[in-house]
Amino acid sequence: MTAFAPSPSESALRRLSDLLIARPGLLLMLLLTPPLLWLGVVYLGALFALLAQSFFSIDEFSGTIVYQPTLATYAELLAPANLDIIVRTLVVALVVTALAALVAFPIAYYAARYARGKVKALFYVAVMMPLWSSYLVKVYAWKLLLAKEGAVTWLVHAAGLTRLLDLWLAAPLIGGPSLSVSYTGMVLTFLYLWTPFMILPLQASLERVPATLIEASDDLGAAPGQTFRHVILPLAAPGLIAGSIFTFSLTLGDYIVPQIVGPSSLILGQAVYAQQGNAGNVPLAAAFCVAPIAIMVVFLALARRTGALDAL
Amino acid sequence: MPSDARKTVKKPGRSPLGLRLAAGAGLAFLHLPLAFILLYAFSNEDKSFQFPPPGLTLRWFAVAWDRPDIWEALALSIRVALLSTGLAILLGTLAAAALSRARFFGREAISLLFILPIALPGIVTGIALRSAFNLMTMPFSFWTIVLGHATFCIVVVYNNAVARFRRLSPSLIEASMDLGADGFQTFRHVLLPSIGTSLLAGGLLAFALSFDEVIVTTFTAGQQRTLPIWMLGELIRPHQRPVTNVVAVAVIAVTALPILAAYYLTREGEHVAGAGK
Repeated sequence: MTAFAPSPSESALRRLSDLLIARPGLLLMLLLTPPLLWLGVVYLGALFALLAQSFFSIDEFSGTIVYQPTLATYAELLAPANLDIIVRTLVVALVVTALAALVAFPIAYYAARYARGKVKALFYVAVMMPLWSSYLVKVYAWKLLLAKEGAVTWLVHAAGLTRLLDLWLAAPLIGGPSLSVSYTGMVLTFLYLWTPFMILPLQASLERVPATLIEASDDLGAAPGQTFRHVILPLAAPGLIAGSIFTFSLTLGDYIVPQIVGPSSLILGQAVYAQQGNAGNVPLAAAFCVAPIAIMVVFLALARRTGALDAL
Repeated sequence: MPSDARKTVKKPGRSPLGLRLAAGAGLAFLHLPLAFILLYAFSNEDKSFQFPPPGLTLRWFAVAWDRPDIWEALALSIRVALLSTGLAILLGTLAAAALSRARFFGREAISLLFILPIALPGIVTGIALRSAFNLMTMPFSFWTIVLGHATFCIVVVYNNAVARFRRLSPSLIEASMDLGADGFQTFRHVLLPSIGTSLLAGGLLAFALSFDEVIVTTFTAGQQRTLPIWMLGELIRPHQRPVTNVVAVAVIAVTALPILAAYYLTREGEHVAGAGK
């Protein structure tokens, strides 16, 4: 048996391995320390440093940050103009999320319940490709689609619906001089960007709805609408919530889309960007960040309760 | 007959026409805009986004090819993406290995921490990192970009790896140990081959994510221009629209490849050893 005796270095490795297997806690700690250090120090550290700055204020004359704890910045955040920005952004995010759910549901439902084999794979790729393809290219696509001389106007004209488009653009709030500088254009672009993020978790949760359950509901005399409301929708809720986390968070944090497509009034991301950039008011920018963070924390807590985090 | 019984459950009949139309329209909505980008790359109209294009030309591909600023931006993007992907694979796999099966106090909080960088708006991550670098008087450089990218790439690798770890049958590892392999041998010969493709898939997605990232990058970059930053500049202050069109098409082509590859890798993974319980 001596031929099989492990060499000294091998036996050291084995001793280490045995130690780790005997003490799973130690192994766990070794595994977790590097990623936790990274996220804890780089990410959480930066996040808390930012939040801390929201309790400082800016000296109005010199434009420098006064490092004294104060709530003045939060008072500034609650000024009507800034509150307006937050409310406007929330409305946009809500509309985008609702529309994304509407567009996503048929795709997710078809893929989960009817598509099999090749078709199913095709559906998956068809959702993955737009999800992962370049964000800026997608924004750019909508800029050129929505331009006054662009394809959407041309298509509307070809379909003989120019009057309808003009009426739409003349409407307050959703309208504007052209689609590319209106809320309609901005919402459309957001919708296009974030819909795949809604489809994937929604489909994942719909996959888990047993077909027998839907059949049972049918057999027991429920109309399709009733089955949808009482069986499918409650079971798909975790997916909807998980998808909403994406659509909401992505809309709240975007400052590029509204800069390129949309009206001149700011939304939250732009406000944060402007405050920290040109205005140099990092405390106010940090205070602005508290709004989306608070919203997302509530959202995540809700998601955890419904088990939606596993659907992410 | 049991096989027939299973079939009737699996085949839910024909789909309603309305559903098919809605799903088809939804998919068309997701794909047509990118087709327009492709068309515009060949347009010979260089001042506006006129549709339909008055004529088609290949000229702008040659013009874009000769632009050194584009090549520099591309090279920087690739270097950043490679390094952040490497870091993310390392950290994401460790996290997935630790969290896939273990149950301990604080586990939920830790897994939440891993999703946080993508669950919180990108601008928050960006501005937090920027102010932290400022506080530490760290100059903005290649490295600060990588630091930011790796942070949100970890979760992509983590998600891919954790799904595979969960599917991996624990009896496989126990069998390896029972047959006399130590922990490292088991890792090398059993674990790694089983999770390898999912790591590669996660890595490819992380690469695509980093290659394309702009929201965080604008905050963590100094004078460096990654390709998305170059493109953002062109979107806000257009110099030569047709060149931007051409770059957009090139970017679509470059990002499509890793995504398709990642898809094929994870699809194969459905049949990983031990998955059938």
